[in-house]
Amino acid sequence: MAEYLIKNGFVFDPVLGINGDKKDIAIKDGKIVESVGASAKVIDAAGKTVMAGGVDIHAHVAGPKVNVGRWYRPEDKKQAPYEPGRGVRRMSGGFSIPTVFKTGYEYANMGYTTVMEAAMPPFFARHVHEEMRDTPILDQGAYPVFGNNWFVLEYLKNGELENTAAYIAWLLRMTKGYAVKCVNPGGTEAWGWGLNCTTIHDPVPYFDITPAEIVKGLIEANEALKLPHSMHVHSNNLGNPGNYETTLDTLKLAEGISPKGDFGRDQVLHHTHIQFHSYGGTTWGDFESRADKIAEYVNANKNITCDIGFVTLDETTTMTADGPFEHHLCELNHLKWANVDVELETGSGVVPYVYSPEIFVCGIQWAIGLEIALLANDPMRFHMTTDHPNAGPFTRYPRVMKWLMSAKARDEMFAGMKNEGKVRDRTGLGAIDRELSLYEIAMMTRAGTAKALGLSHLYGSLTPGLCGDVAVYDYNPETADDPELIEKAFGSAAYLFKQGELIINEGEIISNGNKRTLWVDVKTNENAQVQRDIALKFNKFYTINQNNYEVASHHYVPNPYVIEIDATV
Amino acid sequence: METVTLTIKEQPPLFLEAEVFNPDSLASKTAQEIAALPLPMGKTTPVVGDYFTVSGKGGATAAETKVVVNGDLRKVKYIGAHMSAGEVVINGDTDMYVGAWMTGGKITAKGNIGDFAATAMKGGELIVEGNAGNYLGTSYRGDWRGMQGGRIHVKGNVGSDAGTFMMAGEIVIDGNVDVHVMTHADGGRTVIKGNAKSRLGGQMVQGEIYLFGSVDVMMPGFNYVGDVELEVEGVKATFAEYIGDTGERHPKSKGKLIYGKLYQKK
Repeated sequence: MAEYLIKNGFVFDPVLGINGDKKDIAIKDGKIVESVGASAKVIDAAGKTVMAGGVDIHAHVAGPKVNVGRWYRPEDKKQAPYEPGRGVRRMSGGFSIPTVFKTGYEYANMGYTTVMEAAMPPFFARHVHEEMRDTPILDQGAYPVFGNNWFVLEYLKNGELENTAAYIAWLLRMTKGYAVKCVNPGGTEAWGWGLNCTTIHDPVPYFDITPAEIVKGLIEANEALKLPHSMHVHSNNLGNPGNYETTLDTLKLAEGISPKGDFGRDQVLHHTHIQFHSYGGTTWGDFESRADKIAEYVNANKNITCDIGFVTLDETTTMTADGPFEHHLCELNHLKWANVDVELETGSGVVPYVYSPEIFVCGIQWAIGLEIALLANDPMRFHMTTDHPNAGPFTRYPRVMKWLMSAKARDEMFAGMKNEGKVRDRTGLGAIDRELSLYEIAMMTRAGTAKALGLSHLYGSLTPGLCGDVAVYDYNPETADDPELIEKAFGSAAYLFKQGELIINEGEIISNGNKRTLWVDVKTNENAQVQRDIALKFNKFYTINQNNYEVASHHYVPNPYVIEIDATV
Repeated sequence: METVTLTIKEQPPLFLEAEVFNPDSLASKTAQEIAALPLPMGKTTPVVGDYFTVSGKGGATAAETKVVVNGDLRKVKYIGAHMSAGEVVINGDTDMYVGAWMTGGKITAKGNIGDFAATAMKGGELIVEGNAGNYLGTSYRGDWRGMQGGRIHVKGNVGSDAGTFMMAGEIVIDGNVDVHVMTHADGGRTVIKGNAKSRLGGQMVQGEIYLFGSVDVMMPGFNYVGDVELEVEGVKATFAEYIGDTGERHPKSKGKLIYGKLYQKK
């Protein structure tokens, strides 16, 4: 394999403590190395920014709900018409729900090399893997959803933690999944009865268990299995005024629990798109930011990480396994709504949404995301996401960076709002003059996310021995003065390496790389009870045979990267 | 005002996507420059000069430019689409998307026009002396934002699904119309001087339909509320007033529900 030497760039690597020093980065045999021979190909990075490849901890980029968005929103393709294939690139298009090919290309253009699909319905795992397989360049993994799964609800109701863990291990293996995701715990199942769980103490109909018990049980099972990533929660009551209290109640469930396993993470609970969960007020009329309370709590508790879910003020497509929330959203905007019940496991909804700078609620949502990020004491635990495509398309990350790095850019956005006064009054953003550095951005986008995922042995840094994933941006931190340069440079990497292979050369994608699917194979003690329960449920309730459930063959996961764990006792 | 005249000289094997046939694209261009503009067809990109003779030149701005297109244009799409000012005259029958997304200016089609004309129109005027196809003045596929302004006048007949998701503006049809008029409409008005088939105003929230002729089947969601004297398009007459679609959600103003209105001439 070719050797490369990236010379004289301004390097940002929070893991190594390198903060914009001019350094050379060497790549050989797919990995970062100390040095290479004289025959190495030299990339001149003088005047450019060099970072490890980006790692996205939470995006919806593959699987049935994304596909529902694609087929029921032809108008989304009007915003970003299909471009014909050229060179190694296939035809691609779509704005908020791009095709899988465009997903790969656009992430690569932003210097990202690893992206996690944040919600995989186990029943449709094959479809999720088919789409990930067809997404070029990126290493990917998918989180199966557990928060409304009948097995989990029954085991946890009976306090059977060992059975819960054994079932999780089995399901991760069957679906080739990466982590334990939990969406509106209990609420999506309640939605099957036309109900919801809006606090952590609302009982789930029939199962008679509460969201608090589900979240706590899944955290404990996750630690018993010593999984690389922590439990990944989208808590109850998303998107409603006053929901910050539900969020704090949920976060407090992690108190006193410490991480187990060998993957170097410090958290036991990751709260996703926390912007949507930091709302004060009692109605949309007195809606306000409670970013201060949420940031304060996360800052003070080292065993929690979060990603933000920045609202980017675009027209987008919301999609989530939080079925009742999507119904609520459709009642608000009266646009089209798709709803799915995934037998025994979960559900989902899809609704288009326009985050308009003209509407003060949207302006406040925009401000809350930035406020939380700017109140972060430790950017290693606050990650950049837009909950793509829910709060905005992932292609807006460079724009979010601009807002985070420039108070001037934020003021310009404020000035363009119809309700600037109201948005400023009800959020703390206007009073914050902090501007994040590239070092802190590197924490939010690669070093921190890789660590929280338990993947810091592969990604997130330029430490020798790690994957040769390196992004070079045409951005000179010493001379750049215009915030617009941030958005431009970080949206179109000059060079990108994936596992030592040159993917982007002088801004052009020249290779589709050799993408991998990450999944976790965790070994537990033999558990006849769980095996019997699974067989019984398939015979009695599932519409498919157990043999047609597993994501097994070469066809679905042609290039796996399996993380093996021994959790037997 | 300067005039650009485009005359088709040869029928293309596939449909031509004439997105440049509007005053905005042709303003300040010479005949030679216009002949060199791309005119995509299937996966190929011929130029305007391959299929059209070009004479005249564009004015300094779109507002000072008149575009005349002559000949059998049944394999030409997008004439006048996206225009913001100026004038387009179409001498002949043409295909889809005439005046789609137009925001200003005036189009006069002397022949028949195809489907999806004036899609998501925001302003300006479209006059059709022949017939119009289906989906006149509707939203783009999947979108909920149909015609938002401007005026369409069709002197002949109109196909089905006119004014779907209409929000504002006006459609006047001198002839007959096929099924589905102003489906899902949230505003605007449609005047039908001829006869209508069925499903007028299905799932309509707001807006008005004036019908001079007969309707095959009235939607069951429309309720007769009384007779009113109106002057519509210069005609004074008694109209039967219906409100609907009662199967649909309706906004409230001052405690009263606002319905779509359907008036049928007695």
